[in-house]
Amino acid sequence: MSDKGKSTDSLGMSRRAMLAGSAALTASLFTPKGLKAADYPTSEVNTTGLAVTDDTVTVGILHSITGTMAISETGSVQAEKLAIEQINAQGGILGRKIEYVQEDGASDWPTFAEKAKKLLVNDKVASVMGCWTSASRKAVLPVFEQYNGFLYYPTFYEGLEESPNVIYTGQEATQQIIAGLDWVNKEKGAKSFYLLGSDYIWPRTSNKIARKHIENFMEGCKVVGEEYYPLGHTQFNSVINKIRLKKPDVIYAIVVGGSNVAFYKQLTAAGIDPAAEKPLVLTISVTEDEIRGIGGENIAGSYACMKYFQSLENENNLEFVKSFKEMWGDDIVIGDVTQAAYLGPWLWKAAVEKAGSFDVDKVREAQVGIELPTAPEGYVKVHENHHLWSKTRVGKALADGQYEVVFETADLVEPDPFPEGYQ
Amino acid sequence: MFADYSMAELGAIFAMQGFAGLILFSVFVLMALGLAIIFGQMGVINMAHGEFMILGAYVTYIVSNIFAAYLPSLFGIYFFIAMFLAFIASGALGLFIEWAMIRHLYKRPLDTLLATWGLSLILQQIYRSVFGAREVGVSIPDWMMGSLPLTDLIEIPINGIFVMVLAVSISLAVYIMMFRSTWGRQVRAINQNRVMAGAVGINTEWTDRLTFGIGCGVAGVAGSAFTMIGSTGPTAGQLYIVDTFLVVVFGGAASLLGTIASAFSISQAQSIMEFFLSGSMAKVITLLVVVGILMIRPQGLFALKLRK
Repeated sequence: MSDKGKSTDSLGMSRRAMLAGSAALTASLFTPKGLKAADYPTSEVNTTGLAVTDDTVTVGILHSITGTMAISETGSVQAEKLAIEQINAQGGILGRKIEYVQEDGASDWPTFAEKAKKLLVNDKVASVMGCWTSASRKAVLPVFEQYNGFLYYPTFYEGLEESPNVIYTGQEATQQIIAGLDWVNKEKGAKSFYLLGSDYIWPRTSNKIARKHIENFMEGCKVVGEEYYPLGHTQFNSVINKIRLKKPDVIYAIVVGGSNVAFYKQLTAAGIDPAAEKPLVLTISVTEDEIRGIGGENIAGSYACMKYFQSLENENNLEFVKSFKEMWGDDIVIGDVTQAAYLGPWLWKAAVEKAGSFDVDKVREAQVGIELPTAPEGYVKVHENHHLWSKTRVGKALADGQYEVVFETADLVEPDPFPEGYQ
Repeated sequence: MFADYSMAELGAIFAMQGFAGLILFSVFVLMALGLAIIFGQMGVINMAHGEFMILGAYVTYIVSNIFAAYLPSLFGIYFFIAMFLAFIASGALGLFIEWAMIRHLYKRPLDTLLATWGLSLILQQIYRSVFGAREVGVSIPDWMMGSLPLTDLIEIPINGIFVMVLAVSISLAVYIMMFRSTWGRQVRAINQNRVMAGAVGINTEWTDRLTFGIGCGVAGVAGSAFTMIGSTGPTAGQLYIVDTFLVVVFGGAASLLGTIASAFSISQAQSIMEFFLSGSMAKVITLLVVVGILMIRPQGLFALKLRK
């Protein structure tokens, strides 16, 4: 945890880097010396036949832009394109402009695998920014491992995975969960928890970790209920009555998609106002993106625990939000995953420049230990297990659809995708 | 599970739980009525039913924005106008779809299944292109949100009461149209014997079109009402389609009374089981029971006696 404080040391530089996105000319002044394509002959930086020419390098973007997941993945695509544009404005990577091939996973997991293969085999892309759901990541994983591709995966997820071919730029479950539970216990005196989730791997694994933490590591705390509803469930009146009966201090909700909207609307309608904090609502599945569908007035007063909120007040983030809105419109909101997706191209750039090569094996080696002081969320660093060291924050939802940050871990939280004692 | 509670608390919880069951019942009735008209009376399997509902929801979204921008003083009552316009919009789209697509497929009922499924995908993509992939938030007038404290312990959600009243009035309206109007008589005549109905001078083509349009219009009203309790996004219609078919098929496709009876039994079973078991398990058991009953009684709960 000795990394603490570095983010402030390096703010000046980071701000320059961010400003460069909109001013290519000045940016070139700050590009590290020697990064001209001529100094890095293609034959040397690309020994494995990737799509690298003397002045361009091609990457893949693989998200759902049609189908049910388009709702969530649109933000990631926008963030990745913004990052690529900014890197290009700074002079690209090793003097080469980034071009991208975008494929649509269409919310269908076999399609993801097929498109991943197309990107790696036909387009020979040097890296891929993509996937959102765990199901899509699991579907493309064998493809990336077989053809030695390199994937930057942006979503917070359940952990239990560590592939040599993936960099996980979102938080794994323990990073996201434990700090939030400890906070609600210390600050709000919460003792009893009702765990609720949509019925698939991420909520179930996350709640398992939450339950172990509550029962084994938090003194005098207990879980009074745990249950799951099918994806797309729209009627929550029965469970709301059950929650009334059990009177928990905290509703720990990991509901996703359309169910999310139904849950919060019905909770408010049933007279349980999250703002009254009786019980308090703590979630890890509602970002600013989801609030737009739920309606700020229905969720105001709930707490969310994740690593990034749009309202973070540091210079990196102010610049990021400004550039994002310039590119995609003023009414856009930026959620946790969108920010994590933005990190992908930057982390890759740093690794390629450190390795002095686009070869996947060399990039992989160089990637571990890479620091990114320019991240909107603040300083992050790549761990040996391919996840990021990052801070965890708790935000309180406001009626205008934004979060007010009420807590932030003092140190970076170590990623631990295979947590002992939590399985 | 109940040992630690006083009688008053238990009474209150059970009262609210009973009410939750009734709300679910009303939601099911609203979802299923439009489909029951189309599927039951015309034999058309309309896989795009959910998308007609979401059209109603989007109309509500547009109307709410217009009122918020231009007529803020009347915002409290915009919902009624929105529901009416939702009926018109979904109904008009229904009439058009019947004319452009469905009428060519009456002799091939299984093809309507594929065609309307394709239609649902097209509509979803249109919504996505027009309104964006993200869900939109529909703001509901304040008086319709929140709950009514009946006693100290019992709180009744106002939007639940609204949905119930709406379900009852639409059921009544459909009943009157079906059994007290000329159009209803014609629809039932065609349903019983299409050739004879044509022979006695009923314009079967126009009646079919109107039936399909009214079915879709009712779906639009349901979609409009569901903005209070659910999400409004391009694919939100898919959330309702399975339950809708379940209710209609279980009730006996051709019988409106069957649809209501089936909505009642499924909703009560589900909400009681959700209370005592976990959510996913309640759904599994409900589906198992429905499948079991349909195996014994394939025609559903209520079937019309017809001379075939």
